[in-house]
Amino acid sequence: MSVERALEGAGTFLDDRLHAARGVRVLLRKVFPDHWSFLLGEIILYSFIILLLTGTFLTLWFQPSMTDVIYHGSYIPLRGVRMSEAYASTLNISFDVRGGLLIRQIHHWAADLFMAAIMAHMIRVFFTGAYRKPREINWLIGIVLFTLGMFEGLFGYSLPDDLLSGAGLRITEGILQSLPIVGTYLAFFLFGGPFPGHLIIPRLYILHVLVIPGLILALVTVHLFLMFHQKHTQMPGKGRTNTNVVGAPMYPYFMAKTGAFFFFTFAALALAATFTQINPIWLYGPYNPVAMSAGSQPDFYMGALEGSLRMFPAWQWVMFGHTWAFNVFVPALLPLGIVFGGAAIWPFLEQWITGDRSEHHLNDRPRNAPTRTALGIAMITFYGVLWAEGANDIIANHLDIPLYTTTWIARVAWLVAPILAYIITKRICLGLQRKDRHLLEHGVETGIIRQLPGGEFIEETRPVDEEALAVLTSRTLPPPPPALEAAEGEVPPPGMRGALGKVRERLYNVVTESIPLPDSHGNGHGNGHTLEAVGADEHDQPSLPAGSGQSDGGNQH
Amino acid sequence: MSWITARRRHPAAGYLVVAFVLVLIGTAYAVITGGSASASSPVSANSAQIAQGRNLFLEDCATCHGMFAQGVSGQAPGLIGVGAAAVDFQVSTGRMPAAKLGAENPRKPPRLTPSQTRAVAAYIQSLGGGPPIPSAAQVSTYGANVGLGQQLFVANCAACHNFVGAGGTLTDGKYAPALTQSTPTQIYEAMLTGPEAMPVFNDLTVTPQEKRDIIAYVTQVRALPNPGGFSLGRIGPVTEGLVAFLGLLFFMVLAALWITAKHGKAHE
Ligand code: HEC
Ligand code: HEC
Ligand code: HEM
Repeated sequence: MSVERALEGAGTFLDDRLHAARGVRVLLRKVFPDHWSFLLGEIILYSFIILLLTGTFLTLWFQPSMTDVIYHGSYIPLRGVRMSEAYASTLNISFDVRGGLLIRQIHHWAADLFMAAIMAHMIRVFFTGAYRKPREINWLIGIVLFTLGMFEGLFGYSLPDDLLSGAGLRITEGILQSLPIVGTYLAFFLFGGPFPGHLIIPRLYILHVLVIPGLILALVTVHLFLMFHQKHTQMPGKGRTNTNVVGAPMYPYFMAKTGAFFFFTFAALALAATFTQINPIWLYGPYNPVAMSAGSQPDFYMGALEGSLRMFPAWQWVMFGHTWAFNVFVPALLPLGIVFGGAAIWPFLEQWITGDRSEHHLNDRPRNAPTRTALGIAMITFYGVLWAEGANDIIANHLDIPLYTTTWIARVAWLVAPILAYIITKRICLGLQRKDRHLLEHGVETGIIRQLPGGEFIEETRPVDEEALAVLTSRTLPPPPPALEAAEGEVPPPGMRGALGKVRERLYNVVTESIPLPDSHGNGHGNGHTLEAVGADEHDQPSLPAGSGQSDGGNQH
Repeated sequence: MSWITARRRHPAAGYLVVAFVLVLIGTAYAVITGGSASASSPVSANSAQIAQGRNLFLEDCATCHGMFAQGVSGQAPGLIGVGAAAVDFQVSTGRMPAAKLGAENPRKPPRLTPSQTRAVAAYIQSLGGGPPIPSAAQVSTYGANVGLGQQLFVANCAACHNFVGAGGTLTDGKYAPALTQSTPTQIYEAMLTGPEAMPVFNDLTVTPQEKRDIIAYVTQVRALPNPGGFSLGRIGPVTEGLVAFLGLLFFMVLAALWITAKHGKAHE
């Protein structure tokens, strides 16, 4: 019997019982757009899978216990030293388990890549406006995943109970304790007594290998399901509209590509782990509550938190019979609160300001939303200043700047740099828009100079090609605010009345500031407006029902 | 600059004398009880050597430290009572003679030869007390406990010098240097004399035996291989984060660009 017949038989057997063929067919015909930035999310997924696999390997050997032991393993410099079982077992993984160090290093590099890719993915989604309706829920899930990842990583690098992880735990305890009124109790509950106690490592272990990965896995599933259901957004281009998805079908193209991409991720991590040492806990030594090392830093995804703690002045007062450690809880909660809270409310704030409640499936080019882009860059600058301040001792040491100077630079830059970044970015975006407008009006310069009969020289230009035209004219402006539509003397609608209405109108003008497209290219309303000049594609009608362009989109490629 | 020296010298003088006496007693004790090695007595000096040292001092040091090593206010501290160990440390690490007055004197190739250095040290020692240059036996790491040394180093030194002695930054533009080139004698002397911002670790806080453990750790950790691959400078997670972004993420973006690039017209 041939292999095909056997496979066919198995397929029929399964289909008769699961009725899965229809679903599978839909799945296989699913269209995925081809843009590199859409693969950033996949890096997250694949590094998470690698974290699950390598983490499971580590659980086979890791002992989450604070019991004192004397080390007798094969790392000679630490022989005879008293340490916790957790630390000893991590030494054991590193030096006595076959392949243990490699897996440990893959696990840690994968954690770093996971968080780096989350940041990059989030930045991509923000700047292209892909978070807009109907994808706000996925945006929020992403923010939760980011925070969960931070905690997962913090708990992970606390497990080996080495000098650095102990320092991290001490800071965690300090932050908990600083919370007004409840802080002392919270810290007491987490550690089950005074610091460090014997309970913290087993507790972090359960959080690290079960609770948080479970939450992350669940949220990733919802995230992907929603993405699948709502379909991908796409970058503007020829034939791409708000109502179709252009790209390659899932099978075989996308599957081959994404499969290859998984192997790229795995290869990158395996290479990094083979050739670059990460978290050499044997050099840090076992945790010792009275010791501290220069250059004690958290992993990079906690760096901004570390920076804001370092930057904040030592304000601490006793009020109402309690100590209020402003120097800890304010920098611990406020700056990251601004970043994450700001990110969470922005989609809704933008909707409220612009009054744009329509669905968006075609992404913005960052320059075409100057205010959003500028706000994003300002936020990144804000975060970046805190981040750099988190490594200020290393920077001071290697760039020969006095330590306190770096702190003062950060204290000023924290407020000033984001504002500058905002202004500069907005100028750049508007400048790029002007350039686009110039291209549309005057065409592409060909470099051919011609002399007119009158003796004047002109450079010949040709109109931009269809692809470029589709990209350049992909701008969508939100509908005008109701108040502007209301005629003279009419009562403005409720949303625009009073002081709040005034604020909203102001914000509307800021958020929608743009260089208009040339007149012949429409007023920018509606999506993917293409022009008579090159002949509009017939499918480019904004009135098409949402989603109907999906399957034929797949064939256009 | 001068306020540091003023502060360091005046109120501390009494304590220093006590410390020196203790060190002397400790050293004598070590010499008497530990006399296993023949070279165990502190380096001894004769009058010819002292005279040579005085000449060298007048040439190279007196402009800052004064004709009689009494110190010049606003320029350099007096050296009476700092001991031969301090001179040997400062001169053999190239810190003295100082080139210019900065926040800190960096390590540089020594100007004086070892025998000249010993001569100046003998001269300063002859002016009155202070810890002598440690003997070869005192700094020997033979039989020392590296594991204990690691723990002592982390508890006493790593806060300034980092966990493997890669160095770190301090306040006011000062820094704790990397310990990658210090000889066992220099490490011992640094602990004994506490140069600049470094505290003195007398034999009560860190016993002579513990000093040898520390020396063993500092000198051996340099040679420890990095079983995990390239060390990234052994300065903690900052460089790891850089590699994660500039190496890993960057590589993955390149891979994404390559995968999504249109290769020929295969699927049209
Ligand atoms: C350019 C001026 C200058 C010259 C030349 C100079 N020194 Fe110094 N020296 C200083 C200063 C300033 C300090 C104080 C630095 C400090 O705070 O540790 C110092 C400190 C010292 C100390 C440490 C004192 C202590 O309290 O531990 C010793 C020892 C020393 N010098 C020896 C010498 C010797 C020996 C020479 C000649 C080979 C020399 N110096 C040449 C400026 C100089
Ligand atoms: C408060 C911070 C601090 C502590 C703690 C400290 N040091 Fe230092 N150490 C310094 C500074 C600052 C210097 C540079 C002194 C100078 O430039 O004159 C230094 C210099 C040294 C040097 C000379 C380096 C060279 O150039 O060869 C050695 C060796 C040394 N320290 C060893 C130790 C040891 C061992 C310990 C622990 C027992 C220790 N230090 C603890 C701050 C510190
Ligand atoms: C997003 C997911 C995860 C992140 C960000 C993460 C991160 C980390 C980090 C940074 C460490 C410290 C490693 C080191 O010693 O250098 C660690 C340790 C560990 N992780 Fe994870 N991890 C994740 C998921 C998991 C999962 C799913 C498991 C188990 C099923 C796991 C099991 C372990 C174990 C046992 C250790 C301690 C052993 C050791 O330190 O070598 N991890 N993790």
